[in-house]
Amino acid sequence: MIREPALNSSSSSYTCVAIALHWLVALLIFFAWPMGVYMHDLPLSPQKLQYYAWHKWAGVTVFLLALLRLAWRAGHPAPALPEAMPRWQRQAATGLHHLLYLLILVIPLSGWLMSSAKGFQTVWFGVVPLPDLVGKDKELGHLLEEVHEALNFTLLGIVAIHVAAAIKHHLVDRDDILARMLPFLRRTPS
Amino acid sequence: MRARFMLSLALLGAALPAAAVEYGKVLPDKSQLTFTSRQMGVPVNGRFARFTTQVSFDPARPEAGKAVLEVDLASIDAGSTEADEEVAGKNWFQTKAFPTARFVSASVKALGGGRYEVRGPLTLKGHTQEVAAPFTFKTDGATGVLDGGFTLKRLDFGIGQGAWGDTDTVANEIQVNFHVVVAPGPTTPTK
Repeated sequence: MIREPALNSSSSSYTCVAIALHWLVALLIFFAWPMGVYMHDLPLSPQKLQYYAWHKWAGVTVFLLALLRLAWRAGHPAPALPEAMPRWQRQAATGLHHLLYLLILVIPLSGWLMSSAKGFQTVWFGVVPLPDLVGKDKELGHLLEEVHEALNFTLLGIVAIHVAAAIKHHLVDRDDILARMLPFLRRTPS
Repeated sequence: MRARFMLSLALLGAALPAAAVEYGKVLPDKSQLTFTSRQMGVPVNGRFARFTTQVSFDPARPEAGKAVLEVDLASIDAGSTEADEEVAGKNWFQTKAFPTARFVSASVKALGGGRYEVRGPLTLKGHTQEVAAPFTFKTDGATGVLDGGFTLKRLDFGIGQGAWGDTDTVANEIQVNFHVVVAPGPTTPTK
């Protein structure tokens, strides 16, 4: 098989916008995920209502940023993977990235629907009301809660693999995979 | 002469507003007492399942109207089970010590255009404050429908104290709405 010489394509970085969006979504998830686990078991208090509101605001923001990321990505493809990467790893990387995009869209959606089914509208930042796509329905609310939880633990597992793979690429394979998302880690100027 | 007198009476009757009918038999199954609070900017609907109302209203003589409302506070649906349990506690309604809220009308006046206003003292959790509630009156077949509401400032009545006194989380203003369906007839207390 003849390939064009990949002129530095493996070491080229993501665009600044893609990097910013990636880390913004990551930060929001690192905030909203443990908040979701913690707030759930709290007795009712003003703090609990605040935590729920913040969690939902973060979730809606993740959803909107995910849409923005997809739109940006459509015009700015990801840099190519290193030539040395085995085929199964490339396929796994592509598959897991698709799954991550899917989850950061579907998890906020399931939370939004759950909130409506439990009888609480979502009002982004307390200002922008989102429509209730489903009415108040105790059973549906419970079901969506299970779905939201299962999706989130799936996300936890995949993010763990995502992070472990990035570290492995950086420390074991010593390639530029992590550096193209964290440019200050770059070993050689490209 | 007699015929002319009868005719004038009939004409006079026609000139008056629709023949005076007093609406006094509240239909409890068709009546509702609901409220909307705002939690972190989110409107949350609730209702009281049990309340008794005595209403007497004649649209031809609104100022003679009367209303007494008694609400069984334990019958609250505040939007979720945990909220129902919380609002029974002493920071909120303290339902065991103050099981009912009571409103007695002191005056009713016409505002024009089918709109009226009822005023009177509302007693809730040992606090009494005058409230004024605009409402509309419409006939629906044989029955009359009174729709109205007012904004209750919960802290005026000691509702939602302690940490809940923070009105940035739960707004002070609670919109209370009533929908009372009454059939013609003398006032009868209903449950």
